Amino acid sequence: MDEISLMNNEYDTTQYIVINIGDEQYGIDIKYVDNIVRMQKITRVPNCQEYFKGVINLRGEVVPVMSFRMKVGLPETELTNKTRIIIIKLEPNAPVGIIVDAVREVVTLGENNVDEAAKSSTSNDPSYINGIGKCGETLISLLDLNVVISEKEKE
Amino acid sequence: MDVNQYLEIFLDETNEHLQSLSDQLMILENEPENEDTINEIFRAAHSLKGMAGTMGYKRMQALTHDMENVFSEIRNGKMKVTSQLVDVLFQTLDALEEYKNTIQETQDEGTNDNAAIIQALQKCLDEGTGAPAEEAPKEKKEEAPAAAPAADAGDSGDKKWKNITLQEHEINALKEAEEKKMKIYGCTVFVQESCILKAARAFLVFKAIEELGEIIISDPSTQDIEDEKFDFDFSLYIVSSEPYEKVADAIKSVSEIDRVVGEKIEIEEILEGAQAAAKAEEAEAAPQVQEESKPAVQEAAPAAAPAQAAGGNAPAKKAGAGKPVVNRTVRVDIEKLDVLMNLVSELIIAKNSLVSYSSGGQAGNNSSFNEQIEYLESVTTNLHESVMKVRMVPIESITTKFPRMIRDLSKKLNKKMELYMSGEDTELDRTVVDEIGDPLMHMLRNSADHGLESTEDRVANGKNPVGSIFLDAYQDGNNVVIEVKDDGRGIDVEAVKRKAIERGTITPEQGETMSSKEIIDLLFLPSFSTAKVVSDVSGRGVGLDVVKSKIEALGGDVSVKTKLGEGSTFSIRLPLTLAIIQALMVIVGGEKYAISLGSIDTIEDISVDEIKYVEAKEVINLRGNVIPIVRLHEVLGLEASEDNKDSMIVVIVKKGDQYAGLVVDELIGQQEIVIKSLGKYINCTSRMISGATILGDGEVALIIDANCLI
Repeated sequence: MDEISLMNNEYDTTQYIVINIGDEQYGIDIKYVDNIVRMQKITRVPNCQEYFKGVINLRGEVVPVMSFRMKVGLPETELTNKTRIIIIKLEPNAPVGIIVDAVREVVTLGENNVDEAAKSSTSNDPSYINGIGKCGETLISLLDLNVVISEKEKE
Repeated sequence: MDVNQYLEIFLDETNEHLQSLSDQLMILENEPENEDTINEIFRAAHSLKGMAGTMGYKRMQALTHDMENVFSEIRNGKMKVTSQLVDVLFQTLDALEEYKNTIQETQDEGTNDNAAIIQALQKCLDEGTGAPAEEAPKEKKEEAPAAAPAADAGDSGDKKWKNITLQEHEINALKEAEEKKMKIYGCTVFVQESCILKAARAFLVFKAIEELGEIIISDPSTQDIEDEKFDFDFSLYIVSSEPYEKVADAIKSVSEIDRVVGEKIEIEEILEGAQAAAKAEEAEAAPQVQEESKPAVQEAAPAAAPAQAAGGNAPAKKAGAGKPVVNRTVRVDIEKLDVLMNLVSELIIAKNSLVSYSSGGQAGNNSSFNEQIEYLESVTTNLHESVMKVRMVPIESITTKFPRMIRDLSKKLNKKMELYMSGEDTELDRTVVDEIGDPLMHMLRNSADHGLESTEDRVANGKNPVGSIFLDAYQDGNNVVIEVKDDGRGIDVEAVKRKAIERGTITPEQGETMSSKEIIDLLFLPSFSTAKVVSDVSGRGVGLDVVKSKIEALGGDVSVKTKLGEGSTFSIRLPLTLAIIQALMVIVGGEKYAISLGSIDTIEDISVDEIKYVEAKEVINLRGNVIPIVRLHEVLGLEASEDNKDSMIVVIVKKGDQYAGLVVDELIGQQEIVIKSLGKYINCTSRMISGATILGDGEVALIIDANCLI
């Protein structure tokens, strides 16, 4: 425990919201999550980045919504009644929604359950992930939201 | 002492005084003999000094004090206003401004003594009056108006309570007290001059006294004391059964009380005084009873004469320093306004949902329901308007700085020029006004430096040697236009073209085909300056592109008109308001879009065969105007509607004197919409979507910025 807290003495445990994209599990640091809403009508915004599906009305606020699948270069799937939009606030007054296939659960991971992102992970561009969380037998890719939301497009 | 709560007021008032000083100095420079102006400046300088002193800003106080000295001499006719003096005074203002800015940032005035300026002021004073050294001590006395003369006159000078004129009912009250074997005291309380909450201290004194006895009368009146309408002392008649020392100690126990002067008074003394006063009143039959009876009381109590003199000085000064031309403004916290704005936004959304409900047909026949909607509509419209008006401020608040700036530029550049301003009362949204100050300053500098020729050149060209710069503001529909115009050399299109080619901004071939308007627009590109000499006024090429980006960020645009040898006009066009607009809702390819009514000229039904082609672009000829056609579904990346109709709906939009026709599929109608930002993550490459709005049914519709399509 001691050597880990030396490495990162900010938090001992972090809560993550676990989401499904296809068969994979991703974790989003709960402190950035403002809200989770059901899929709703999205107004298309012309001539914007490809992965932005458009904007939604979130209780009177206009919130841009991006497709996680398109952002990380996965094929789009059918919308199901499990599809959710996770509203992320990296900074106040700048919400952004991320469309995910499903939201599973909230897990608490201690620092000792988080590994550095493995470079050999080939299923995805590893730069979106800043760690791998181990929760029992399942592995959770922890998303680096700054990279996911930032401008540059991955092809 | 915590002065934070007064800091804001202090800063606001300092701003006002500095501005008034600057304005008046400009006048004074042209009319050195104008007495009103000199008085006005003196008053402003004096108030400034007083405020700085109260807040404990000693350096600022010292500087204003010296400035006040100079004006005091000018006012007394001992000095003449020279241009050199005005320069020094302007420097003084700049130094004061600097103090103010430092205070604003750090709450502290900083450590700059501005000794050089103080010396320069002193030098002006010495040269002007020929009588140095005399001034300083005399002024020192003024700073302590009560203390110094009082010391001269001895203790009796402080017994100001003897000046109080008693009314009959007060005398009766005193008599009653006397009968009850209570003692009457007259006393004068002196508050420390450093005291900031004089009224609060006085209140505490009153409270302390009321525990021991009763206050019969006070001078000034209780009301005036509460309103802080007194210098540093007030006088009281007290009745109490306690000995005088106890009363005096109670008063002294209040902090920041300098001293208390008082004694026991016999009822007879008072009666005599009152009789004398009554006589004097009858004799003079003066309308101002209180004022006039004072000298009479003095006769009865001659010892009070010096006190009257000392006291008389102070109020006179006070009156002189009284309220100058203060703007009657209500300062509203912008955050509170924003909350109000949001409430209105929600109200409008609620209204819109009602409207869509009613047009949905469920309640279509219910007329009272419709009435309610109409009522709601009128309420929201009014509310919107009035809130908007609160947010509107005249652009005056920024233009007042400009005459001074042009004056300085004129000296610095050694060109003669005059600034003429009009329409300073044009109102704009507060946020816009705050933002356009810098761009306007850039443009004025640009006109002064690049636009106007040197005085010799002007004479050689047969022009008036004094160059003119005009700043005109006016409202044009839903826009406000601000024009900066000069009668200088105009923009040399060829020179701009050469420069652009030289810098590689455009190729020579491009240069051949570009219209002169396009070439002039090159000026707005970053780092493009045609001035041959870089001056510290402008010419480093960071002017116009900054202006352009700032204005565009506010939803406005900049354009230039120029004529070689005759001058140029830069126009800024800004939207009146930013948050709520009237918009036309249209359908394009099944999606709803809003177009601001402000930019719409007309809506036309155009038959397909009216479309002509010019340079392979679609245009229509509408009442003599050739207007390019923009097919919205193409620019919005939508499928074209399949059915080939004979006619199409064209919304004619206008930007300045340019037009464009937007082809839409369907019109929904006019609606008041609340503009919401799309957020910073979505990046519209063409910038034609200026925002989004939420419709009554909760759907989001995008707002098309027609200006980008022209």
